[in-house]
Amino acid sequence: MGTAQLTRDVITLKGSAAIVSEFFCYAVNSILFQRGIYPTENFAKVKKYGLTMLICEDEKVKTFINTVTKQMGDWLETGSLERVVLVIASIASGEVLERWSFNIETDKEVTEKGVTREKPDKEIMTDIQGVMRQITSSVTFLPHLDEACTFDLLVYTPPDSKVPPLWGESDARLINNPQVVKLRSVDTKVHRVDAMVAFKYDG
Amino acid sequence: MAKVFQTPTKSVLQSSRWSERLPLREQASPDFLSRKTPRKTPGCHNDRFIPTRKNVDLDLANYLLAKENSVAASPRNEEYKKQLAGNMLRDNDGNSRILSFSSKPPPPPEGFENSRKALYTQNIASPAKAKKLFRHIPQAPERTLDAPELLDDYYLNLLDWSSNNVVAIALGNTVYLWDATTSSIEELMTVGDEGPVTSICWAPDGQYIAIGLNNADVQLWDSHSLRQVRSLKGHCARVGALAWNGGPVLSSGGRDNVIFNHDVRIREHITGRMTAHEQEVCGLKWSPSGQQLASGGNDNLLHIWDAAAASSQGPSPYLHRLDDHQAAVKALAWCPFQANLLASGGGTADRCIKFWNTHTGACVNSIDTQSQVCALQWSKHEKEILSSHGFSQNQLCLWKYPSMVKMTELTGHTSRVLHLAQSPDGYTIASAAGDETLRFWQVFGSPDMSRLPAKVKTVDSRSILHSRNIR
Repeated sequence: MGTAQLTRDVITLKGSAAIVSEFFCYAVNSILFQRGIYPTENFAKVKKYGLTMLICEDEKVKTFINTVTKQMGDWLETGSLERVVLVIASIASGEVLERWSFNIETDKEVTEKGVTREKPDKEIMTDIQGVMRQITSSVTFLPHLDEACTFDLLVYTPPDSKVPPLWGESDARLINNPQVVKLRSVDTKVHRVDAMVAFKYDG
Repeated sequence: MAKVFQTPTKSVLQSSRWSERLPLREQASPDFLSRKTPRKTPGCHNDRFIPTRKNVDLDLANYLLAKENSVAASPRNEEYKKQLAGNMLRDNDGNSRILSFSSKPPPPPEGFENSRKALYTQNIASPAKAKKLFRHIPQAPERTLDAPELLDDYYLNLLDWSSNNVVAIALGNTVYLWDATTSSIEELMTVGDEGPVTSICWAPDGQYIAIGLNNADVQLWDSHSLRQVRSLKGHCARVGALAWNGGPVLSSGGRDNVIFNHDVRIREHITGRMTAHEQEVCGLKWSPSGQQLASGGNDNLLHIWDAAAASSQGPSPYLHRLDDHQAAVKALAWCPFQANLLASGGGTADRCIKFWNTHTGACVNSIDTQSQVCALQWSKHEKEILSSHGFSQNQLCLWKYPSMVKMTELTGHTSRVLHLAQSPDGYTIASAAGDETLRFWQVFGSPDMSRLPAKVKTVDSRSILHSRNIR
């Protein structure tokens, strides 16, 4: 996937798809670290978005995330990605404890006609920084995950989109009576990503 | 305009439905009919019902006649259903596919504890609360059986599970027995014109089964020898509800609005007659103590009767008359762990589950479930109650008691889940729905659930990092 080279201010469809899928990759890793899904020793620090981001070094996890986000990039380029959901579920009971949902709105004009948009590099980075910081600070309101958990990534696509090999249908894995907190959004003018987290109400 | 349709509609449905029996006297509506009946639908005499749909406003007819059994599939209804489904399925508006990658990420290493707890002090949770056990409730039925010819009628009670672990289900004119331990199927009995079967109820000993029929008969069968033991007559309309009280006492409620108490050992079996309902009695349940009988009817009333009063020969007065429900009360369930607590569920117009103290007659709680409540079952092991619903999700909801927090929803049925029955060990629920399937759900836990608490405890007691103040 590599790093997205942002040429001054002009955002193409491909460029935006690359930015957004890379954002997902880092966001997912960040959530895994912050929520303590994997041991902290597994994570390595990298500098990105003007922050210190943590990436999971475990081979299997890395491959999984990279494969999924690459496919997300492909979908973004055709405008077929509607939502990405990171589901955190308990291993013992299979119950979904947290659900991080990223809604995506694609500018149809760009996908259909191939025009480009303009947005300063810095602004996009500020947007992403905002969401990343919120993920880190989410620990202040999210209930602590006591049990060993695993995660999964769900992708919402239009019903007529082609299902790539190795991908299958899944159910929404919703939480009953969740508490929902809306986070900031990232807007590249081509794709707009709204983030929110739903968690089990621990009342 | 409506009036023109009103009477002929009623006559069409009423006459075809009750052509084999004596017309009812107590009900108000038939009197109107007998005066104004212009015609009868041809060819409906032998057939049970299904009138000609061409010139019948089904929606109106169903609303007027059988409140719970509206099966109109007009386009208007379909659109409404779609809108409702769209609103209720909060997350996915039905337009998106949800995909996930087939190979899953690895789980964290064995024995890994989430070290976040050491860094962040918890101000809310006490240790006991943090270790709340979430038991896994399988979202899919553990077994699905075919139940062809199962009547889609809200007012009948066609499913029961014996203490010998045999499930009895009435499909059309036949009662089948399914042994849950051996998975063997046996046909107990078939009726001809007396049918279809309208209610079944196992006796507490698991050997005898009472079967209520459309022709107002109640038959008592021996499930071991597969023979009929006796026939109890008394009702003059179909018997939709049956309930045993201990060994010898059987209560039956029918469309003639009367509830009879029978002592099945003696010749003159009717020992009590209870009249208070103004329409068909569809729910009937004795309390675990055997002291009180709860009866629900299509007249939206819930009556509580005392056992002692009910055994007299004359018509007996009820203990309580509860009219809070806005629709037919069919779902009734007595709480196994709290005395005098009864849960009742209302039909389409009501959709509520109400809890009653049957000693004082007070309603202690009421929750709106957003969907027609067809049946209720309490858990014997936990403080939970399971309800089954109809439109639009046809789901089974498990609620924590007394907080009434919805623990889970089990979907799968494609038509309203009319009947629920509980296994003798109290872990499995059988649900029968209008989609002609019988599904078994492991919803109340499993026998080997006890090993989980031990696992959680070891996590807690180990490291000193779990002390509260780090900073």
